Amino acid sequence: MADSFPWVTVLIFLPIAGAAALYMVAKTAVRALALGITMAELVIAVPLWWQFDPSSAAMQFTEQVAWIAWPPVHYHVGLDGISFPLVLMTTALLPLCVLVSWHSIETRIRDFMALLLVMEGAMIGVFAALDFVLFYIFWEAMLIPMYLLIGMWGGPNRLYATVKFVLYTLAGSILLLVAILVLYAQTDTFDILRLSRASYSPALQMWLFVAFFAAFAVKIPMFPFHTWLPDAHVEAPTAGSVILASVLLKMGTYGFLRFSLPMLPDASKVFTPLMITLSIIAIIYGAYMALAQTDLKKLIAYSSVSHMGFVTLGLFTCNLQGIEGAVIQMINHGITTGGLFLLVGILYERTHSRLIADNVGLAKPMPRYATCLTIFALSSLGLPGTNSFVGEFLVLAGTFLANKFAATVASVGIILAAAYLLWMVQRVAFGVPSPTSLPKLRDMNGREMATVVPLIVFVFLIGVFPNPLVTRLHSSVNQVLARLLPAPVSAETVTQHHDALPPPTPADAGNPSDFVRWTRGLAESSFSYEASSAEPRSLDRGSPDAQLREDLS
Amino acid sequence: MTFSFGDLLLVLPELLVVLAACTVLAVEPLLDPPHRQRLAWPSLGTLAICMGLIAFRIGHRAEAFGGLVTIDDYGSFWKLLLCFVAGLTVLLSHSYLKEERLHIGEYYALVLLTLSGMMVMVSATDLLTIYLGTELMSLALYVMAGLKRPEPRSLEASAKYFVLGAFSSGIMLYGVSLLYGATGSTRLTVIASALTGSGSDTPLPLVATVLLTAGFGFKLALVPFHMWTPDVYQGAPTSVTAFMAVASKAASFGAFLRVFLDGLGSFKTDWSVLLLVLCVATLVLGNSVALVQTNIKRMLAYSSIAHAGYAMIGVVAAGWAAERGHEATSVASVLLYIAVYVFMTFGAFAVVAMLRKGDVEGEEIDDFTGLAKRHPLGALMMLVFMVSLAGIPPTAGFIGKFYVFMSAVEVGLTWLAVIALVFAVVSAYYYLRVVLVMYMREPAEGTETLPRLILSPTLSIVLACAIAGVIVLGLYPGPLVSLATQAVRALQ
Repeated sequence: MADSFPWVTVLIFLPIAGAAALYMVAKTAVRALALGITMAELVIAVPLWWQFDPSSAAMQFTEQVAWIAWPPVHYHVGLDGISFPLVLMTTALLPLCVLVSWHSIETRIRDFMALLLVMEGAMIGVFAALDFVLFYIFWEAMLIPMYLLIGMWGGPNRLYATVKFVLYTLAGSILLLVAILVLYAQTDTFDILRLSRASYSPALQMWLFVAFFAAFAVKIPMFPFHTWLPDAHVEAPTAGSVILASVLLKMGTYGFLRFSLPMLPDASKVFTPLMITLSIIAIIYGAYMALAQTDLKKLIAYSSVSHMGFVTLGLFTCNLQGIEGAVIQMINHGITTGGLFLLVGILYERTHSRLIADNVGLAKPMPRYATCLTIFALSSLGLPGTNSFVGEFLVLAGTFLANKFAATVASVGIILAAAYLLWMVQRVAFGVPSPTSLPKLRDMNGREMATVVPLIVFVFLIGVFPNPLVTRLHSSVNQVLARLLPAPVSAETVTQHHDALPPPTPADAGNPSDFVRWTRGLAESSFSYEASSAEPRSLDRGSPDAQLREDLS
Repeated sequence: MTFSFGDLLLVLPELLVVLAACTVLAVEPLLDPPHRQRLAWPSLGTLAICMGLIAFRIGHRAEAFGGLVTIDDYGSFWKLLLCFVAGLTVLLSHSYLKEERLHIGEYYALVLLTLSGMMVMVSATDLLTIYLGTELMSLALYVMAGLKRPEPRSLEASAKYFVLGAFSSGIMLYGVSLLYGATGSTRLTVIASALTGSGSDTPLPLVATVLLTAGFGFKLALVPFHMWTPDVYQGAPTSVTAFMAVASKAASFGAFLRVFLDGLGSFKTDWSVLLLVLCVATLVLGNSVALVQTNIKRMLAYSSIAHAGYAMIGVVAAGWAAERGHEATSVASVLLYIAVYVFMTFGAFAVVAMLRKGDVEGEEIDDFTGLAKRHPLGALMMLVFMVSLAGIPPTAGFIGKFYVFMSAVEVGLTWLAVIALVFAVVSAYYYLRVVLVMYMREPAEGTETLPRLILSPTLSIVLACAIAGVIVLGLYPGPLVSLATQAVRALQ
């Protein structure tokens, strides 16, 4: 594959063109064609994984074409270590969404598949866009397909849910547009890379941060803005829920990482306490709400609020462990929660109920199903050996460095997660069904296994061997950190000023205790298997932390 | 004042339109009523020739009739747009009038006469000539609003439009006369040079500015001069409503910008504050009241009020701008906004006209229930128009909003952009409600018996033009942007 071939453009526009192509084939072929297109996307995206140069922080596979002369808007796309895993996850999830909708969607299948494909293109566009206007266009263009997906194929209360979803998201995005325009008025450019290098006055940064926050916090959703999520999740068709949970929510955290942190470093520091507080509230509150749910989808929706709290917590620790943990957790949440929603959808096709009380004791009639459910639940609660452990561990390790109190409280969230998930598994898989309920249930068939098993593979793959993913994050995350902590703290300056001056990095706020050093060492030894090889690739190579640690040891 | 043959050549497009209108009027009685629809074709031909003539002259600048009329790129931009809209109107009317059984040949003559008035408005550089153009446009529109004679609503619309329109014309004329008293001329250039250096301490031109604002406010349907809009839009035949909502607004903006920037430029700081107040009021009221409408034409009427508010943001920004460059870009954003508005609003009205079948009015929002099943293509087009009106990318509506908000932010009116965007979200609610009704509600019992909706060829052309405009301008606005910036350069 030549570097010059516009793979990213193909990734964005192949599904959109495919959506149009769906209308030109016979109705019986629509499902197969949609699956073929989504698989083609995956086949295109996967080889890029090896082409991707993990040592470079620069955007890769970039393309830039002038689009509008005045103001200078470019079609500028590219991928880096932060966006590429998200794009890959999106392309991996979409075939599963098509598969799970194979029989569950019967009316207007053509429209449904077309909307899924348009969504795929727009979502990849959001992660790949390097021009702020282009980003905004993809960001907003996703609304209408999602509006229709929930509104046309959703549950009984779908109209309320879908209108709420659209209005919440639109209301959040308006300030984003204003912020983009203000940035343009300051710098005369919409180029995200150039905007990330410019510096802005602290007062302006505050306003911009608030504007970005409105857009991203609604999308994630962070604590006071989360009320649309349970409604949308419960009413959406299975594929819609999966896309919503696995990809759409990530766009918010991606926004924080791509825009708020590097463009507005000063404001980010000022708002860190607030962000950490909101994250903690989301973790605990989401978990408590999940404990109280009787509806499986609602339970998972609130667990999403809780898990996304970990992601935002990690982002605003402003250190390498925290941010990398957050990105890994974004991927993990996509896999695990996507899997859980797929399973609920599969169950709903059989029992036509999402209530826990109506789905008790499935282990006997549906052993395969019960196994998958247990695996995803364990992954979601962060059992070591599964993917979420890696992410949550790094997030908590980062949080301990930044704020011990927050880390302690967040740990409670993990215990609560264990409580609601195990309790759910206990009832759904191993409970004693009442004799009247549960007619004869079929276990998962081959197609359904095919929708879930790939995700299970990733659960364990990332769980035991996260290094390929982690190495691809390093350079890009370090670049963000370099913006956040502008003066690189060299070993000498630390030695000189360690006692005299307030520590310049949030990372070493408070003296790193033995425990912190222990977690760092552990993080390194568990996730960097290559650490002892010829090329030492420690977890936080080149970061201030690394130098600080060298100094300390 | 003398005028030469050359002057006549310069206004050839206008002359052709008037000539065609007279011919249509003369030929019409000779035809049997059902055949009168055929007059649409010569009208269309004339419009096509006019557009060719206007396009041919782009890049040149000439004054005619001793400075009463100026042929420049600015005027040409608007005239091209207006001729295009008139063409769409003729096509839309061709099928719509048949459906309404309105066999009135004068209809096309009236469209052409309205158009000639509008063309005068946007190329005139003299207040009295502008006033003449405005009156020519308005008189023809009064008649057209009342064409559905058996229907009391249509007559009411016509009467209301006439009374309020005449009132506003009077106010405008009063403003013109005050300006004449203050400067001794009605020529915009003379007024501008006479007023240079004078500020708020000279009350006479200031009062005139207020009166002109009120007069144009009626034509543009700015709050608080908007009262006639919903009733007239609802009562008039849908094809006339579409024409009125789009063309008369465009022409009024064309004249309005020229008067306020070229003639009253030295009062920029004064009128921009005044317009700012009107702009915010228009945005707030237009969008809020549209929320509760159940009739789609009324809803679109309030939406068109709101859209005048969005375009007005660009005008306010132009007045606010301290730098020349920002002023030009702000004006260009207004031109862009109106051009975009033309496509999406006309398209939406065309879909409404399409629903008019047999006894079904198709004017209540509930009539759209289940349209996605009854006519998937029509529903899809309405979806695109609604999304575009709401300003959601990747449609033209977003591009329009993007440019006006950008001009507001550039001159430091960020808070205005925020207010406008808040109300854009409000507007998304009522636009998307139409989508909701079309796609997410099952058709009521008995709708299977409704006549099948079939697109007539002319209506298909109209919808194809509108949809192409909304999508192409949304994805590739470059050419329109450069056209608009070029047009603005013609203003002093």
